[in-house]
Amino acid sequence: MSQLICRDLCLGYDGREIVHGLNFEIDAGDYLCIVGENGSGKSTLMRTLLGLQPPMSGKVLTGEGLLQKEIGYLPQQTAVQKDFPATVREIVISGFQGRCGLRPFYTKEEKRIAEENIERMGISHLAKRCYRELSGGQQQRVLLARALCATGKMLLLDEPVSGLDPKATAEMYRLIEKLNSDGITVIMISHDMEAALSYADRILHIGNTVFFGTKQEYLNSELYKGFCAGGGKA
Amino acid sequence: MTEIFTKLELYFNYPFVRYAMIVGVLISLCSSLLGVTLVLKRFSFIGDGLSHVAFGAMAIAGVLGLTNDMMLVLPVTVISAVLLLRTGQNTKIKGDASVAMISVGALAVGYLLMNIFSKSSNLSGDVCSILFGSTSILTLSRTEVWLSTVLSLAVVLIFVLFYNKIFCVTFDESFAKATGMRVGLYNLLIAVIIAVIIVLSMNLVGSLLISALVIFPALSAMRVFKSFKSVTVCSAVLSVCCSALGILVSVLAGTPVGSTVVAADITAFFLFSLTGAFMGGRRK
Repeated sequence: MSQLICRDLCLGYDGREIVHGLNFEIDAGDYLCIVGENGSGKSTLMRTLLGLQPPMSGKVLTGEGLLQKEIGYLPQQTAVQKDFPATVREIVISGFQGRCGLRPFYTKEEKRIAEENIERMGISHLAKRCYRELSGGQQQRVLLARALCATGKMLLLDEPVSGLDPKATAEMYRLIEKLNSDGITVIMISHDMEAALSYADRILHIGNTVFFGTKQEYLNSELYKGFCAGGGKA
Repeated sequence: MTEIFTKLELYFNYPFVRYAMIVGVLISLCSSLLGVTLVLKRFSFIGDGLSHVAFGAMAIAGVLGLTNDMMLVLPVTVISAVLLLRTGQNTKIKGDASVAMISVGALAVGYLLMNIFSKSSNLSGDVCSILFGSTSILTLSRTEVWLSTVLSLAVVLIFVLFYNKIFCVTFDESFAKATGMRVGLYNLLIAVIIAVIIVLSMNLVGSLLISALVIFPALSAMRVFKSFKSVTVCSAVLSVCCSALGILVSVLAGTPVGSTVVAADITAFFLFSLTGAFMGGRRK
């Protein structure tokens, strides 16, 4: 059984359909990239996978002991966060909140794992710093460490490198690759076709036509050739 | 200097001054706690709207001749908080408009009712007292003191117990929701606490000045401190100090309590802004 299965998924909001007929399965340890033009429904798909919005029809199923709320999520940054007075440590440990239920405080074990994740992201030296003073790349690492607190199995990354400079981008991709090789399933939304093709092993292309398959199959598909020839910039 | 202390000692012999001090300090403590969340979540406008609703409810209570107006004002404000949050969440602009509508409406209807049905000879004095607090903190009955104390302590307790959750919901609502937190429920909790705080603060500063009590300490603390915990603690301490100082000054100098407290908060804000600028100017 796969970790995440989408059956005949139809996405949209306010009664307007964006994508239909989505069928795909993700196995543990996969590295999936979701590509497509702006407005093709990438973010809507992500919100549906996370359970933030219901699909118009079809189903999102989880398996292999993965619960929907155990998907670690790296959202795009919001305006509120840019000016938020909180230390790195406070933010990272808030990743555990989902499994706290009504328990008001964090356990010692959770604090320990949070420290581990901070270390894993290479930001130990920033643990006491204020989030709003960090660079874009550092902030993304903080949020990634928080996502790791929420999951040990699957990460959903929403354009993790948008707004980062080339060096920070490369480091971010390297970190994600390392997490993937540690056995964490990665689902990433990306505009960066080049990176998608060099890191991912599976591609989901959504738009008017939907493609799901391995990287090699995608490179040979008509869709890819059309996308690159038409878009050029992709 | 000794003169001032003798004078204070004299005043503190009166129970109503002691009550005012206790209630004032407790109210400012809990009003500052949620300030950070309110500012960061861009919820400040809800606080403002609710305080006007509380004014309307207060007017109705006055017209009905209720001896303990808090019994009516509290539920009305809590219900309005829930309603405002519901509409505010779905559609942003409509939410703003509905807040404006309700708050101005409540203000107008409240004044109208007071005018038509007023039994008191000093109407403008009554209105002024509700809007700016003036002396109401000095005229609290024993029941009101107890009610305020219990409610304030409840707010502080709930805040401490839900501190981590409030942080999570404030920092990143969609992440919180994705990890299975019941975000709607916590937003509701925040709104209800705000409503309770507003009703409590009406005694201290009156309905027009409540937002100042909620927002100034938080904004001041955010200028200087860098972690959520230190900002929260600092704004609580600051708010308590400013209120205590404000009440003392107003007792000594005979100034209106509410505006003196707010003036102290404003002064603190400027001091903290300066300190923040000296410490390396965190703002670009």
